[in-house]
Amino acid sequence: MSIKKSPWIIHYDGSSCNGCDIEVLACLTPLYDIERFGIINVGNPKHADILLITGGVNQQNKTVIKNLYDQMAEPKAVVAIGACACTGHFFAECYNMLGGVDTVIPVDVFVPGCAARPEVIIDGVVKALAVLEKKQQEKVTA
Amino acid sequence: MNAWIWGIVGILLTPVVAGLVGGIDRVITAKMQGRMGPPVLQPFYDVMKLFSKQNLVLNRFHHDLVICSLIFTVAAVGLLFAGENLLMCIFALVVGNVFLVLAAYSTNSPYSMLGADRELLQMLAAEPMILLAAVGIYMATGTFDINLIASGTHSAIQYLPGVFFGLIYVLTIKLRKSPFDLSTSHHAHQELVKGLSTEFAGPSLALFEIIHWYETVFVMALIYLFFASRPIVGIVAVLIVYFLEILIDNINARVKWDLMLASAWVITLIFGLGNLMLLFILK
Repeated sequence: MSIKKSPWIIHYDGSSCNGCDIEVLACLTPLYDIERFGIINVGNPKHADILLITGGVNQQNKTVIKNLYDQMAEPKAVVAIGACACTGHFFAECYNMLGGVDTVIPVDVFVPGCAARPEVIIDGVVKALAVLEKKQQEKVTA
Repeated sequence: MNAWIWGIVGILLTPVVAGLVGGIDRVITAKMQGRMGPPVLQPFYDVMKLFSKQNLVLNRFHHDLVICSLIFTVAAVGLLFAGENLLMCIFALVVGNVFLVLAAYSTNSPYSMLGADRELLQMLAAEPMILLAAVGIYMATGTFDINLIASGTHSAIQYLPGVFFGLIYVLTIKLRKSPFDLSTSHHAHQELVKGLSTEFAGPSLALFEIIHWYETVFVMALIYLFFASRPIVGIVAVLIVYFLEILIDNINARVKWDLMLASAWVITLIFGLGNLMLLFILK
């Protein structure tokens, strides 16, 4: 069965200003209702297929992000949400910042925006589904 | 021979029925929250996906204990449909549950341990009432044999309204629904990590879901046994009870464990034991 029909996401807030976090949670509300696509927001990396990260990476949360990524079962995908998660944005020059999420773990989809809108976030997750399916097929053929 | 066939039919049909019930449950829950909700077949998609994922096994016992749990839970449902002894079915279900707790205890994760502790508390709260229900059915029908209970002319419900109420009360615990979903919940938003199922990933988690399907059908069959002489009334009662459980799930927040334990035991004592004592005196 294709992983496309039941992607479970876990959401981690890096050093975000909470703008993108609110938009991610808005996806769960009746207006956007991502459970329509079988998407559930789980609180456990071991159950999740897609890791959503908002905010940039700093010295304190880089190990957390790496841990979360390592604890997820294959196949898995990472979506960086918002300008900060993509590049570090205007926090990039701070002394404690490493930059975007791709400085610690491989990122599959970059979702731009400050803050990223719920429609774009859902689009990003859908893009991640294609990545997941490809990884699953590679796992089967390997 | 007939009993064997019924048992196997029960074991094979249970995942189909329980998966559909789970899907309808999720749609109704979504409607109650003003959302559209997932497709009805979503539980099947979830389980199939989980089977295709990597299994993160933590130690030698972890996955095997889940399989043991599955075997005993499936056996409990099989025995129930085969019309065997009601007490034996209940004990098999409890053993299945204990294996699940052992699997959670076998890991080092504090969240998993916490979930296992709470699962034990839930069993402590729910099992007395379920055993009393079996005793009540024995007092009302004169037998523990499910075949005889199901083919009897009198429904147990007319002697056991109190026991039935008590059973519905602890059913919330067995179905893992709010306010008594202490060990693990269907809803991520009221969970610290994931309680009992924290350390299960991929196929292990799929087995965990399937075990829950069998448990759901088991307790629903227990409800049905109260109305066994009138099958249609029985099925309607099961549907109403399940709808009530969804409603209770949606209008309640999780309670603390001491309130769950105390209230479940008070209900068991007053409605369960009280009903049985009245039945003993009056019959």
